[in-house]
Amino acid sequence: MDQNKNKTTHKEPLIRIAKRAELGSKEVAVLSLIAFVFAIVAGGIFIACLGYNPLLIYRTIVEGAFRSEIAIKGTVKIAIPLLITSLGITLAFKMRFWNIGAEGQIIMGGIFSSYFALFHGDWPHFLLIMVMILAGMIGGGLWALLPAYFKNRYGTNETLFTLMLNYIALYMIKYLTEGPWRDPGSSGFPKIATFVQNARLDLVGGVHAGWVIGLILVVVVFIYLKFTKQGYEISVVGESQNTAHYAGMNVKKIILRTMFLSGGICGIAGMAQVAGAAYTLSDGIAGGTGFTAIIVAWLSKLNPVIILVVTLLFSVLEKGSSVMQSTYGLSSAVSSILQGIILFFILGFDFFTRYKFIVRRRG
Amino acid sequence: MIKEKETKAAIELKGITKTFGTVVANDTIDLSVRQGEILALLGENGSGKTTLMNMLSGIYHPDSGSIFINGEEVNINSPEDSIRLGIGMIHQHFKLVDVFTAADNIILGGQGVGRWLTKSRIDRIREISSRFGLDIDPNKKIYNMSVGEKQTVEILKVLYRKADILILDEPTAVLTPQETERLFKILRRMREEGCAVIIITHKLNEVLAISDRVTILRKGKSVATVDTLKTDAKKLTELMVGRPVELSINRPKTSFKENLLEIHHLTVDNEEGIAAIKDISFYLNKGEILGVAGVAGSGQKELCEAMAGLIPVKKGAILYQKENIVGKSPNEIIKLGISMSFIPEDRLGMGLAASMGMVDNLLLKSYRQSSKGPFISKKKARELSKRLVKELEIVTPDVDTPVRRLSGGNVQKVLLGREIESEPNVLITAYAVRGLDINSSYTIYNSLNEQKKKGVGILFIGEDLDVMLELCDRIMVLCHGKVTGIVDAEKTTKEEIGLMMTDAVSEGGKTGGSKQE
Repeated sequence: MDQNKNKTTHKEPLIRIAKRAELGSKEVAVLSLIAFVFAIVAGGIFIACLGYNPLLIYRTIVEGAFRSEIAIKGTVKIAIPLLITSLGITLAFKMRFWNIGAEGQIIMGGIFSSYFALFHGDWPHFLLIMVMILAGMIGGGLWALLPAYFKNRYGTNETLFTLMLNYIALYMIKYLTEGPWRDPGSSGFPKIATFVQNARLDLVGGVHAGWVIGLILVVVVFIYLKFTKQGYEISVVGESQNTAHYAGMNVKKIILRTMFLSGGICGIAGMAQVAGAAYTLSDGIAGGTGFTAIIVAWLSKLNPVIILVVTLLFSVLEKGSSVMQSTYGLSSAVSSILQGIILFFILGFDFFTRYKFIVRRRG
Repeated sequence: MIKEKETKAAIELKGITKTFGTVVANDTIDLSVRQGEILALLGENGSGKTTLMNMLSGIYHPDSGSIFINGEEVNINSPEDSIRLGIGMIHQHFKLVDVFTAADNIILGGQGVGRWLTKSRIDRIREISSRFGLDIDPNKKIYNMSVGEKQTVEILKVLYRKADILILDEPTAVLTPQETERLFKILRRMREEGCAVIIITHKLNEVLAISDRVTILRKGKSVATVDTLKTDAKKLTELMVGRPVELSINRPKTSFKENLLEIHHLTVDNEEGIAAIKDISFYLNKGEILGVAGVAGSGQKELCEAMAGLIPVKKGAILYQKENIVGKSPNEIIKLGISMSFIPEDRLGMGLAASMGMVDNLLLKSYRQSSKGPFISKKKARELSKRLVKELEIVTPDVDTPVRRLSGGNVQKVLLGREIESEPNVLITAYAVRGLDINSSYTIYNSLNEQKKKGVGILFIGEDLDVMLELCDRIMVLCHGKVTGIVDAEKTTKEEIGLMMTDAVSEGGKTGGSKQE
């Protein structure tokens, strides 16, 4: 053997990549945790490069999110739209329908529910809130039906379609702000009127009731996906449309229905934003939540319960960063970078769930 | 054949091991091929044949063990290395550019061709062709070629690159019996020219017909190497499976007379809108197995999918007990009380949901009836899964393990089990035993016969003519989407079917079905 080795015409590469057996969910969870630790370390190095003590900064972030009742309320407030939107996106993603138009669906939900807040503010409070939730759902749902319909009919690309609809929705708010819904009472500066008290979401435990809606939706989406026939259909369509068709499912109907629900839930997030947080409709109501939600849903592997955990994590980071910013004068972009680093590591570690490295042994 | 050449090993593998995760695909395999010898590599699916050959062609790298080419140890890190060492691999699926001529495909990617396309390349191809007895026109375009001709081009391609070690991966899968015979002639010629040939196959009669020696792999291990002359099909099967296997297939007689399905002048387009099935008519009785033979791509897929209601029918009628089911969706067909089971060719892409477990997959067609309300009930499916695991000997860690982690044979058993459990009247199976080991294949033949005895009409799309001749009652032959004959399986021969597959039957009214002009 050893003699022959010298004759070897080509060297074996130092490191090879080989496929590994599929890992169980426990091992994947451990890997994700390791990835998270790596992300924290890498983020720490970055902070250290900026000339700050990473431990101190991390402590500030965590403390910043929890140090007082007001801080905790602020964290929850950030979590609400993110949680609801992530759940909405999950339905579409489970079907492998790449709905990246949550942003637009949030806005349409906001617009539809604002209509009732602005023009029917005198309705009985409970009825008005229910109608606003329903309107939000219909607004977001209809907005999501558009790409689904065209995908079914003409095979259009849903990614581009949903993305473009975001901008249309955004400019629709601008139009309403400056045109038909402009508050006549605002002097000079175009804005939509603040909602009357009657049209605002009640506070539950100091934070608007959106968090209750969010938690209910976690349970509902979880049960819907796991235990209902429709949830089963979504999984099969996501798995393979051919298989779904073969099983006698009406694939087009399922796509329409699921997208309506997906957009509808995002629309509820829009309603919660206008009626719970902003008390008015402005072009900042989505504010990128629809995109962050994609990350949350993806990191959670489309599991509603994990979504809850990941949402909280992101909210803590977001809230804590604002405190970090005011305490140390660090730019808020730092928090975006930290988010990016976490995402990079967790998605990057996905590679290790499927492959392993083999280092050359001989020679 | 020169004595000296014969004794020298062209390839020698020593202790080759390759693992994929926890799966040991090759376990300390030894193998050697001499120059001027044809070695058959025999083994069931999943026994590691292809993995082993992929290491010779530089696609994988062994975890341990050594490879010797002409007595020298080598490390093959890439396909280029492999070509340089004179190894030529002919894959099951051809890798040719359709719009190029044979000559252009042959020199494509070749080393040392130079900057210009010279006339001399044609001469060299002609020279090689005549040396090995390959009959091919270098200027013919690939899209004008038959499957057999395409394969010949593939062979020429590796010979042009001066390969003297040839590996053919299941070369006969797509060939008619006549084309197979032609291929064997070519291989024998190469043997005379001093090439070393490895042919991967699981068809025993071919092994016996062509090889000098046989190396048998079982579960990743090389269990034996025997001289072909000193063995027979029975012994080879025993080595391959690991225990004696009964190799005959029953053809139980049934007394059903009723007509179950009638197909009248059916025309179906494929995805590209080109007619894949052209005006065909046939019938299927209760309690019979109607085989459908034909080279791959003769319209089998479209026929099945049209009958199952998955793709639209352009013209014609499909009568199920006199009721036309053309234009109905799969679900409507189910609702009509017609239980038609279709086991598609593409199991994981169409028949099953790959990342779902057995339980969820068994629910695929029955989830609507699983309970009354909006919630899905998995209790029955779970019980059924456990029963099927026992009855069909399905190997799975758990009934909730994603089916994509199961081996091909087990996947097929899940699919077949589900379809049979739905108690169909009509069962359509496309390549029901493709990729299955011998034992599983016979399990499946037996279950089909059980169904037949119950009065189920079975349409059996097959590829192994030997099996079809034994199992089917009648055999319908498709060629380019037309029926070139429907024959009684007991009275026909493999050669006759082979001729019909290539549409060579021009006259002689012994075939029962519609005939081509």
